Amino acid sequence: MSEQFNLEIVSPEKSFLKKDNVTEVVVPAFEGEMGILKDHISIISFLKPGIIKISSGNEENNFYVDDGIVEFKDNTLSILTSNIFDIKNSDKSKIQDMIKEAENDLSSDKLDDQKRFIISQKVEVLKSLSLN
Amino acid sequence: MASLDDLKKRISSVKSTQKITKAMKMVAAAKLRRAQESAERGRPYSEKMNNIILNLSSGLSDKENAPKLLIGTGEDNIHLCVVMTADRGLCGGFNSNIIKKAKSYFKKLSDNGKTLKIITVGSKGYDQLKRVYKDNIIENISFKESKNANYFDANKVGKIIIEKFENKEFDVCTIFYNQFKNVITQIPQEQQIIPLKMTEDETNKSDESYEFEPDEDEILGNLLPKNISTQIFKAMLENSASEQGSRMSAMDNATRNAGEMVDKLTIEYNRSRQAAITKELIEIISGAESL
Repeated sequence: MSEQFNLEIVSPEKSFLKKDNVTEVVVPAFEGEMGILKDHISIISFLKPGIIKISSGNEENNFYVDDGIVEFKDNTLSILTSNIFDIKNSDKSKIQDMIKEAENDLSSDKLDDQKRFIISQKVEVLKSLSLN
Repeated sequence: MASLDDLKKRISSVKSTQKITKAMKMVAAAKLRRAQESAERGRPYSEKMNNIILNLSSGLSDKENAPKLLIGTGEDNIHLCVVMTADRGLCGGFNSNIIKKAKSYFKKLSDNGKTLKIITVGSKGYDQLKRVYKDNIIENISFKESKNANYFDANKVGKIIIEKFENKEFDVCTIFYNQFKNVITQIPQEQQIIPLKMTEDETNKSDESYEFEPDEDEILGNLLPKNISTQIFKAMLENSASEQGSRMSAMDNATRNAGEMVDKLTIEYNRSRQAAITKELIEIISGAESL
């Protein structure tokens, strides 16, 4: 099909995911959710904590990311991220740990507004995940 | 000449040393494979990161106001050197090669009247440097508990560096590590990470203009600290592959040397045994003759 494009998600430790039949990706860009379809203009943006939605064929996969950078160019979407996991087989206790850690970070008073916003966002997303 | 008993003891002790070095070689070989794999797996990330930064910085409109991490503070009086070594010894020239490289760089700095600050990563580097540069070492980080190089550790180092940079504790930052070429060859490297020195790779350069969201400055500001951690992580991966490779060839040599030593000692043992027998025979014969 002509509506498909390539997707590559890499973490520092390995190439996390590689697909060439993706039709739509929704990423939590810093200024709001951003949907990417084929032939999108070349763009660079970075991510806030949130959920990446990947539609390919009849499948739909959801991943949680902490942060990252997205680059779209020549119909290839590259996502660089340091912390990512599949929501389907995620570990509830691990999520709880992450919430606790983030809340700890939030309580320190050394944060500037932007960091505080990002972390509170993270807590929100993680909490909604742990409820499902 | 040593007695037969002494020789026997020495042979068996060399043999057991040989067993140990052989085992260490096997372990290093297994670990090397894993370290090499993870170094290869980590490559796409740092390459992509490099590409993006290259694209961003070449399209930067206002070079004067670019983030400090990219262009530096405008001075180069205080140098921070991050010396990355292993936590264990017995790996040939691995650690001392890095130290040698670092020391010659330190000397160059002090000849030019620059101030030197050192962060050591890995306990072996600290052990070797603390004798001469004790006052220059401001931090000593070691990841003895973590088995493999992981990004979490690299990030910790990166954060320390950035914090110090933001507090204006240094102007230029250089990291030292061993680049893995093959099992026998590891090349000690110095790499300047602040201000960022671009390895201009013309093939990857694109004239295509990007759309940025939010603007370039903010993305760069977000990206550059990550790039520091990524570079550190890359160095850690290269280092761990180099360490295992270096240990493997060192232990291979040790095993071979031990084998040679065992051969030599065995010949000596047999000779002196034969000599003792001959001596006894002569005594018996000459005793019988005198009757």
